[in-house]
Amino acid sequence: MTTNTKTHVTTTINGESVEFLCEPRQSLLECLRDILNLTGAKEGCNDGNCGACTVELDGRIVDSCLVFGVEAQGKQINTIEGVATPQGLHPIQQAFLENAALQCGICTPGFIVATKSLLENEPNPSETRIRTWLAGNLCRCTGYDKIVKAVVAAAKQMGG
Amino acid sequence: MVATNNKPNKYKVVGTRPIRHDGADKVTGRAKYAGDLPSTNILFGKILRSPHAHAVIKSIDTSAAEKLDGVKAAVTAKDLPETIFGPNGERPKTSGDLATDLKRLRDGILASEKITFKGQAIAGIVATTAHQAEEAAKHIKVEYEVLDAVTDVKAAMAENAPILHEDLEMVEFDEPTGKKGTNIAEHFQHKAGDVEKGFAESDIIIEREFDTATVHQGYIEPHNCTVQWRDDGRIHIWNSCQGPFQIRDATAEILDVKATDVKLTPLEIGGGFGGKFEPYGEPIAALLSKKAGNKPVKISMTRAEEFECTGPTPGSYIKVKMGCTKEGKLIAGTAYLAYEAGGFPGSPVSAAAECVFAPYDIPNFIVDGYDVVVNKPKTAAYRAPGATNAEFASETIVDEMAERLGIDPIEFRMKNATAEGLRKVDGTKYSSIGCKEVLEATKNHPHYSAPLDGANKGRGVSIGYWMNAGLQSAVNIAVNGDGTINLTEGSPDIGGSRTGIAMQAAEILGISAEDVYPSVVDTDSIGFTFGTGGSRTTFATGWAAIEAAKDVKTQMIERAALIWGEDSSSITMEDGIIKSSSNKDLQFTFKELAAELNDTGGPITGRGAVDPKGVGAAFGSLIVDTHVDPETGKVTVERVTSIQDVGTAIHPSYVEGQMQGGTAQGIGWALNEEYFMNTSGVMTNSTFLDYRVPTALDLPMIDTQIVEVPNPGHPLGVRGVGEVNIVPPPAAIANAIYRSVGVRMQQLPMHPGAIVETIKNNKGS
Repeated sequence: MTTNTKTHVTTTINGESVEFLCEPRQSLLECLRDILNLTGAKEGCNDGNCGACTVELDGRIVDSCLVFGVEAQGKQINTIEGVATPQGLHPIQQAFLENAALQCGICTPGFIVATKSLLENEPNPSETRIRTWLAGNLCRCTGYDKIVKAVVAAAKQMGG
Repeated sequence: MVATNNKPNKYKVVGTRPIRHDGADKVTGRAKYAGDLPSTNILFGKILRSPHAHAVIKSIDTSAAEKLDGVKAAVTAKDLPETIFGPNGERPKTSGDLATDLKRLRDGILASEKITFKGQAIAGIVATTAHQAEEAAKHIKVEYEVLDAVTDVKAAMAENAPILHEDLEMVEFDEPTGKKGTNIAEHFQHKAGDVEKGFAESDIIIEREFDTATVHQGYIEPHNCTVQWRDDGRIHIWNSCQGPFQIRDATAEILDVKATDVKLTPLEIGGGFGGKFEPYGEPIAALLSKKAGNKPVKISMTRAEEFECTGPTPGSYIKVKMGCTKEGKLIAGTAYLAYEAGGFPGSPVSAAAECVFAPYDIPNFIVDGYDVVVNKPKTAAYRAPGATNAEFASETIVDEMAERLGIDPIEFRMKNATAEGLRKVDGTKYSSIGCKEVLEATKNHPHYSAPLDGANKGRGVSIGYWMNAGLQSAVNIAVNGDGTINLTEGSPDIGGSRTGIAMQAAEILGISAEDVYPSVVDTDSIGFTFGTGGSRTTFATGWAAIEAAKDVKTQMIERAALIWGEDSSSITMEDGIIKSSSNKDLQFTFKELAAELNDTGGPITGRGAVDPKGVGAAFGSLIVDTHVDPETGKVTVERVTSIQDVGTAIHPSYVEGQMQGGTAQGIGWALNEEYFMNTSGVMTNSTFLDYRVPTALDLPMIDTQIVEVPNPGHPLGVRGVGEVNIVPPPAAIANAIYRSVGVRMQQLPMHPGAIVETIKNNKGS
């Protein structure tokens, strides 16, 4: 007989009320990916080093691999899946495409979620500020050059 | 489609910057990477790995683990089929071309008797959940006889070193020597002229020794695979890999099944840089699936497993001696290259030997290469494998020579630059190359002459060479009734390559890049395609796309001839217009003719399959400005410019992206990245931040200049991009550090402690 007692969690993801059952030891990242099939947040390290699993939790960006699924109870979570709207891509997503700011794309959801959080709070950040804010998101393909340019372009597009 | 090149473009599609076809999927999180497959109704595997770097396995007992809750099955090397080897245990000749024999390949998958690196796989276990599998692996009992480990190449070559493989027979100058009881798997030599005479005639001779650390590709997505060995005997693999056919064939060999028994579906790949050509979990997951009632089994590596158990690029010991005349002409060189292969033979030292003096025309040289096993993970490819270590050595010596002679470092390189028709170290001749063009572009770049103000700042340059690869690729094209085309290919797309390939087909057919939809398909659905690596994808798979497009073009002309009742020799197809030279009223656009196809003889499909020989070698350079704090040894990279001859740039944005990415990895290699091994052969920094890949805050903007010397060996002049840009940064940064604080660094990484120590020693001498 299994010893794993699952916990019932009620939370809000991308504006929708969501309920799920998880083991207390499961990370929010596992819950999003394996239970809810929201696989946009990626696992790159599972120890908070790389930022590929970045999501927004009650207005703050977090590494979802470092948050337990049960901690989502009663919280507001925003993931990459909620960034585009029925009207189309978000200006940040468009800027990443136009600036070729992705190569393999595995880190891209994390960068976009982190960038959205930055630009919603600071519409016109300096290059240094962008680099500091995104230092928790590792990209091994681009050398960050085109990512920084995309963030600057998105800020402009968003009226910053 | 936005054309942003200022120069006149002789092509319609090539050289423009369309949005990549997979772009929207990747910015919305909807693109499916292998780890994103549904996690329901599958089982989860975990691999038990050796905690020791060097040991003999006395016994393995999985019985306690198999009784645990949720556990379905366990496998060890005993579950691998007895496979027939060649007379000397070598692999049969296959398309896989991995640099190990099959026995060693199998031992790398699941160790049978001996452990030669920490983290080597010993057993696999499968359970209902990943957590159960992880727990269960801890209950597999293994008895070891632990042996002394040797993790440094010089120590491994010394007399009385611990021997990793008692059966390893050293090969020297391509011949077996009969010599066993050594860690040297191979010694080879390239030689030309009279090197003693060359040094005797030299006015300046510089000899230096260099030590470089093991480094990892550091792709963000860990290896993962889901494998189902079905009850009808077919094995289906879904994974993240650079070489679907290589891993399919290696898996078939290891499991002793036919190639048609294995179907590999490569999903989107989260980086590779050479590290995703080898099978790791695939054969284990297949065996576990078969034992666990044919259910799909998923195995994902942790980040620590990535560092400890996959293939990094070697640490090395290098000694280079170069001699030149007082006029600055290089006339003699020797290089001693000893590379760590890891736990099994097969380092990239042969590539290193080809690269060490490659940018220069040196009449007298001897290059010795040693492939040496040590108790570290078996190395794999990493972006211009072998070249960065070697050219770090030669390019810092060249810089010192130029300085002693008072010649500008670019001028010195120009005096000695190699060119078309001159010989490489292996005796073959260069075809058309852009070595001089890259040096000229470097010299003329505004960065090179920009003022550099402030204390402890310096500017360094370096050039790098990489040979690039050709190898086999296949592409199919199907023409749709609305004039769009579906293009299928077998090259996993790591950096926008499917768009670069689609653009080449579009160019030939005279249609837009947006009217081509490229897909990377499974191994059942396309002809053999060598993996994405060797800077070959846009070159070779692009060429296959050109051939497939030409095949379509020929058939479109024939179809128009049939419809019009004309001879096909009087019909042309240019810029997407099919017309008759005998009757100017007879004309189709590509779309108009496409709409007619199904009712005039049926659909048209084109095929291209190539093994191109016209590989165009790459030269790239770097200009870098550093600030060095002499108190702390911290190096700040303040400005960088990466320059490369790419042949023809198909999609300039993704060409720049490769140049920037290679430069960033080269900077990490130069300054931060390193495996810290303790005396037991255990890596002590197996996380991203302890290993320390560069973050956005560590790097400046990375300027690029694309030089285009078209490669005559490709229909559109492509050379290929991706690798060479990692080569110049360590040497260029070392040269900049010298101009910042006056010390010549002879080790990688050049971390703060090493710089402070070198400054201190320099003052003492």
